[in-house]
Amino acid sequence: MFYREAGQFKTGYADDMAVFPIRQDRIGIAVILAIAYLAVPMFGSPFFVSTIMIPMLILTMAAIGLNILTGYAGLISLGTGAFMGVGAYACFKLATAFPDVNVLVWVLASGFFSAAIGVVFGLPSLRIKGLYLAVATLAAQFFLQWCFVRIGWLTNYSSSGSIEAARRSLFGVQITGPGASETARYLCVLTLLVALTWIASNIVRGRIGRKWMMVRDMDIAAELMGVRLLPTKLLAFAVSSYFCGVAGAMLLFFHYGSMESIAFNIELSFQVLFMVIIGGLGSLIGSYLGAGFIAALPVVIKFAPQILGIELPSAVVDQVTVMIIGGLIIFFLIVEPHGFARLWQIGKQKLRVWPFPY
Amino acid sequence: MMAFVDTGRRAGPKPIAAGEVLLEVEGISLAFGGVKALNSISFDIRKGEVRAIIGPNGAGKTSMLNVINGFYHPQHGRITYRGEVRRRQRPDTAAQQGISRTFQNVALFKGLTTLENIMAGRALKMNVGFFWQCLRVGPALNEEIAHRRKVEEIIDFLEIEHIRKVPVGKLPYGLKKRVELGRALAQEPELLLLDEPMAGMNLEEKEDMSRFILDVREQFGTTIALIEHDMGVVMDISDRVVVLDYGRKIADGTPDEVQKNQDVIDAYLGVQH
Repeated sequence: MFYREAGQFKTGYADDMAVFPIRQDRIGIAVILAIAYLAVPMFGSPFFVSTIMIPMLILTMAAIGLNILTGYAGLISLGTGAFMGVGAYACFKLATAFPDVNVLVWVLASGFFSAAIGVVFGLPSLRIKGLYLAVATLAAQFFLQWCFVRIGWLTNYSSSGSIEAARRSLFGVQITGPGASETARYLCVLTLLVALTWIASNIVRGRIGRKWMMVRDMDIAAELMGVRLLPTKLLAFAVSSYFCGVAGAMLLFFHYGSMESIAFNIELSFQVLFMVIIGGLGSLIGSYLGAGFIAALPVVIKFAPQILGIELPSAVVDQVTVMIIGGLIIFFLIVEPHGFARLWQIGKQKLRVWPFPY
Repeated sequence: MMAFVDTGRRAGPKPIAAGEVLLEVEGISLAFGGVKALNSISFDIRKGEVRAIIGPNGAGKTSMLNVINGFYHPQHGRITYRGEVRRRQRPDTAAQQGISRTFQNVALFKGLTTLENIMAGRALKMNVGFFWQCLRVGPALNEEIAHRRKVEEIIDFLEIEHIRKVPVGKLPYGLKKRVELGRALAQEPELLLLDEPMAGMNLEEKEDMSRFILDVREQFGTTIALIEHDMGVVMDISDRVVVLDYGRKIADGTPDEVQKNQDVIDAYLGVQH
């Protein structure tokens, strides 16, 4: 009833091509941003902010990255974890080598390193597609992880082999390193995510995004229409890896504070891939929903018994959490194979015509 | 108003007058292993005509289009386009030279809407850089809007306004074919290759499509080469017909000449032994 576009006339193509052409959507996004920027830091408990929100937002960034590659350009990758690792290690090296430059600059710059590595491992995509490409990107996963362990230079020859986020501040407020408040870290993560989501949405709606989708849907037709496959695919790898790299750097600097190479293993790659598939391929909102589902739900389920006052041994909770998550994933894939993004669309459409069925 | 609208063909050194030879193929032979798909085929396409390529199934018609497109590379023969002999080229170069096509089995981008599919046809004409694309303001947005305007003209022309925002996967077959024609037109081609534009259509849809094809030539001055099985349509709308059979050319001429040609009749109806 409230979600109607009647009476909202578009007077130009720019209006028609806007991200949120309907006024209610614009209000909705403003409300969500207000909640994210004001309500969460003010009312959210430190536990909620640091254990649920921060990792969820960071993984959303990685999911957007993978979604660009898999959802928009149709190239499956299992190297996400490693590309995130490249970002984290690059950011660590840059931040320790140039401590005077603001760390946010290095977080954003570290993405370029991962983009470059992504392009190198994207080269086989011209010849191989689908599952075979996924296997080829596995090579990136294992090779890069091997580099993280074996190349001491990357960790500044730390004896433990781990990399750590140094103390850095922005406008006099400490944002990284031990002792940084979760609110400061949360706001940094949120701002980076919002800014990069906006850029991602610009890219995928424009000329470049269309080329990616052309290659995804019918590469022969795309080629005969003048799209050169290799540069298009490599650009997808570059942009995708950039997002993953920034996500990795954020994971180190704003979430864990200290990481070992094992954190960037294949499990992380799979986790992000599940987010993209469950959220919806080729949809940015799907990346948010998928990341929220996969990253936040385990925490919620894990701590729900405590909040409800039920005492369970933590081992039991862990096992049950895994079982519930697994069950839910299967359930959602059967009910809606196109992911949450499709459910979201259906919901919006239903709302639009409510109370009529169509 | 919009400077780019007319600069579509960046190759175009000189305009070719109607009736002059636009594309000439000479002695094209194409073999896949031991299978000879095309055997020393020669014909030409003149600027501004509707040129039909017909023949029984497996005659090599689609292979011929793929050769013209640069998708297959013939072992022998020569292709001259706009007076220049063409070398072995990548498929995407043909698009740059102003050759666009539709496919026998509709090859639309099924995840995109009608509008986006036709916008995709303008991929080659859009070139604002990555930086502006990221911000989608200024040049990037202006370019997008300018091309959108052009695409809307094509949507108007093909009378598909109502399905503008429908994902093409959901469209019925006849409309898909029309969207595909729109996508090819969006490239502002000089030579338009249509691979069975009317296959699987009912009479009314065929009539619509025939009208669109003739209108395309009328309005945009596009040269059209089409493959079609419906003889009625071919005889009605084409200026000249080339007939292939088993990879050989058996006839070439106006519809009337071809219809009377004994080899053609034999190829289609069979020969008594």
